[in-house]
Amino acid sequence: MDKNPVIQARNLGLIFQTKDSPVEALKDVNLDIAQGDFVSLIGPSGCGKTTLLRIVASLDHPTSGEITVNGMTPEEARLKRAYGYVFQAASLYPWRTIAGNVRLPLEIMGYGKEEMKERVDKVLKLVHLAGFENKFPWQLSGGMQQRASIARALSFDADILLMDEPFGALDEIVRDHLNEQLLELWKRTEKTICFVTHSIPEAVYLSTKIVVMSNRPGKVVEIIESPLPKDRPLDIRDSKEFIEVAQQVRVGLRTSHSYE
Amino acid sequence: MKTLLPVITVSLFLMVIWYGFSAILNSTWTKDQANRAGVEVTFSEILRDTMVQQRPLLPAPHQVIIELWDTTINKKITSKRSLVYHGWITLSATLLGFLIGTGLGILLAIGIVHNKAMDYGVMPWIIASQTVPILALAPMIIVVLYSIGLAGLVPKAIISAYLSFFPVSVGMVAGFRCPDPTQMDLLKTYAAKRSQVFWKLRVPISLPYLFTSLKIGVAASLVGAIVGELPTGAVAGLGARLLTGSYYGQTVQIWSALIGSAILAATLVGFIGLVQKYTLTRMGFAR
Repeated sequence: MDKNPVIQARNLGLIFQTKDSPVEALKDVNLDIAQGDFVSLIGPSGCGKTTLLRIVASLDHPTSGEITVNGMTPEEARLKRAYGYVFQAASLYPWRTIAGNVRLPLEIMGYGKEEMKERVDKVLKLVHLAGFENKFPWQLSGGMQQRASIARALSFDADILLMDEPFGALDEIVRDHLNEQLLELWKRTEKTICFVTHSIPEAVYLSTKIVVMSNRPGKVVEIIESPLPKDRPLDIRDSKEFIEVAQQVRVGLRTSHSYE
Repeated sequence: MKTLLPVITVSLFLMVIWYGFSAILNSTWTKDQANRAGVEVTFSEILRDTMVQQRPLLPAPHQVIIELWDTTINKKITSKRSLVYHGWITLSATLLGFLIGTGLGILLAIGIVHNKAMDYGVMPWIIASQTVPILALAPMIIVVLYSIGLAGLVPKAIISAYLSFFPVSVGMVAGFRCPDPTQMDLLKTYAAKRSQVFWKLRVPISLPYLFTSLKIGVAASLVGAIVGELPTGAVAGLGARLLTGSYYGQTVQIWSALIGSAILAATLVGFIGLVQKYTLTRMGFAR
């Protein structure tokens, strides 16, 4: 299948200057993400997976190498609002209702009043939060808040969705549920998703492509193309293929992992 | 109801202490008078006398309350003996000063938050401004403004603004700066303009800070207005009442003016508290 490259990184590196010594957060990262891919970045903490995502989002800037997003620099892509970003914490504004929070990017981007309402209704339905428009964030559970933040990232219809451990703080059951919903959403919207996680089952369950990273310096050790079909019921996790892929990820993580 | 009992208890306790001090402090004068007249006074006579003196060292609470009642309810509010009249004079300067001070404080905070040069260049001066005793500065402000033809309300309001802009600017700098990095990054991912960051994030998130600053600011405004009335020769206002009271040793008048200004300050702060509660509840800050 010949798909358009959405994100391309070549020899990407980032060195943070800190007081005592420079820290090499990323080194020689090469990555191709095609349209419609669901890519997971997995690795131990400190391996630069969040940093890589932030570079794609132009929230951090590489010190070496090249990266393009939709054929542009990340900065240009950000100014063109090419992606929606979901943070680790839901980070909803407490003074805005759920609908108000989802409307926030639309207000900033200057959508008309009616279109705003239409879009808010649409994405809230998409994340199964219809009926909660006028609730304040603190009136919702953690899982629901995170769904609202996903709705917010979807509301302006960017083709790329960048997600930084969005379900990291949630319990297993809620997490499974949201994983399922996310897959369904991905199939329906055909977005390109770049997903940071440190859970092997989550990465294998969701992804078409798993990027295994190691720390100090943050490097890509292995890129695993998942053989799993696009339709994935939860019990696919007990299948032979799933377990094999998970095994492969685990081995990749273990061989590269060091605490030196 | 649960809070009523402790509140009453504390008030009563303070009253008892006040009465106690009145009796102790005023008894000296009673004893001196008795000595001079060459008569013996009993304890109960001393106690009775300390409560009804014309010019007590520390007036008893009921004397102050009677004076307050007399100068508010029993006088026409246009009368120069009415505390309401004097209160209004001070209040108008307070409100104007508060308005100027709040506006200036917020503008400074906006500048400081958005401009590094202002942060380094202006912030030290703001802090330095408050280390100068206002009592030393007030007469100079009045003289300078008088020489350019400004007298009456405006100089007092300016002194009042001088005191009230400080808590507002410092509080609002903290408020405007309190969005966490994620909240800022979020708006960055939307390619939001600086003005949008300000209106969509910095302004709403700083509102709790604003109300706290306003409460401190309005109390400072009142102090400023009263201080501003002292060097003008005590024409009118609560400050004038304090000054004439001390000229003529009218301690009851001084204390009633003091209590009057305290009531005024409490009312102003309480009013801001109400607006705060209403606004923050509507914004979902209060749970």
